[in-house]
Amino acid sequence: MEPQNVLEVNGLTVQFGQTRVLSNLSFSVPKGSSLAIIGPNGAGKTVLFRALIGAIHSEGTIRWAPGTRIGYVPQKLDLERDIPMTGIDFLKARSALVQKQTLDVLSVLGLVGIPVEIAQHPIGTMSGGQFQRLLIAVALVGGPNVLLLDEPTAGVDEPGQERLNELVRRFQEDQGLTVLFISHELSVVYRYAMNVLCLSHVRACFGPPQTVLTPALLQEMYGTGVNFHAHDH
Amino acid sequence: MTTESLLLSMAVAIAAGLVGCFAVMRRMTLAADPLSHIALPGIGMALALHIHPIFGAVTMLFFGAFLVWALEDRARAATETMIGVVFSAALAVGALMSSGEDLIEALFGGAGALSRSEIMFGYVAVASIILFFITQKNRLVIMLVSPDVASTAGINVRRLNFLFLQTFALAIALGLRYSGVLLMGALIIIPAATAKGLARNLNSMLWMAISFAIAATLLGTWMAGRLHRETGPLIVTVAAAMFFLSLLRPRPDS
Repeated sequence: MEPQNVLEVNGLTVQFGQTRVLSNLSFSVPKGSSLAIIGPNGAGKTVLFRALIGAIHSEGTIRWAPGTRIGYVPQKLDLERDIPMTGIDFLKARSALVQKQTLDVLSVLGLVGIPVEIAQHPIGTMSGGQFQRLLIAVALVGGPNVLLLDEPTAGVDEPGQERLNELVRRFQEDQGLTVLFISHELSVVYRYAMNVLCLSHVRACFGPPQTVLTPALLQEMYGTGVNFHAHDH
Repeated sequence: MTTESLLLSMAVAIAAGLVGCFAVMRRMTLAADPLSHIALPGIGMALALHIHPIFGAVTMLFFGAFLVWALEDRARAATETMIGVVFSAALAVGALMSSGEDLIEALFGGAGALSRSEIMFGYVAVASIILFFITQKNRLVIMLVSPDVASTAGINVRRLNFLFLQTFALAIALGLRYSGVLLMGALIIIPAATAKGLARNLNSMLWMAISFAIAATLLGTWMAGRLHRETGPLIVTVAAAMFFLSLLRPRPDS
């Protein structure tokens, strides 16, 4: 593995029964960079993340650099809404497992913008945006050097989205985090991603957004009706 | 009931309350009951082999927990069907293997004083259950909310799940001599379900479940003495009454 790469993936294939979800995928992620993963629904974006963290069986090689600590922010949870577990309970449980504490529970709540009173409510009563921020807080409190974000701004209002994106970018700059994120927002992809990995049943592509995201490719991937103009930065 | 066995039954209530909280949050409310059925063929086999029934029951309960664990790795819906079929079949096999009197005793708890070794087994089991939750609580909490987050936090989710299910099986085995395996499932689930409806955070749920389980045990035991009835069924009846009473309280967030 080249020393500057946090992650190297070679020939990754995931199959559920007869259905091949990911097929012979290869890409690498340089340290400190950000990689956007895009693609239509059902293209296997979340499956890719779950394969990367080792939660599902895959073929091919996935190599994380030694010393990698992953903070994973899942998209949604299969959790009963009425259990009396609060945001603080969840955060404290995660924080207790950290050996070298860099962030305590209260300061991480401040960072992601969750008032303490809200964090004292059961998780099931939180709004989508509050819960999303809680998941990010839980990921950050673990002191990660790689963040995996599965549509982190889904269900968050627009000012909140802006704030979360900026928060992640700031963390990335300050601590040299590597960020992998799944997004449907092409404008966010253009703004924050150094590289794009697009997954679709037609074909996969990998490279900087300016060269990879051509109108023809977007058309092919999402079908007709995508109007997006490339910015020239 | 002697002081000795009363003390032990309170210790059992503590273990039941703790296990119950995580079982309820893990949506095992219905799985608890069929799992307990698998103790029966174990009891039957132990009686046939002239060894203490508790060994047979514990062995089969551990095997049952292992089965649930192995099945849960596959599709969830299939698991529930499998649990329903396998464990009900175990009840039938168990019924064939044991006599009527043994069966009633195993299902609903037996009379008679506890032997030294039974009391020893009880305390060792309670201590290991409490120790498991003290050391693994944080990991269990993360796994409950998201197994994927748990595995990135360095938690071996499969192993922790396995240990939890074995702990659960051990708690059911505890009920064998005191309240019967069938009713032990109820003593595990009902106080925790009551606490789930009333508590506002995790620690209060744990303490409430433990308190309700102890209260039901004490009240049920006292009533059993006064009414000259079996202790186990009365404990569960009291626990269920507490659950229904708790429903009367308006929920603050609904």
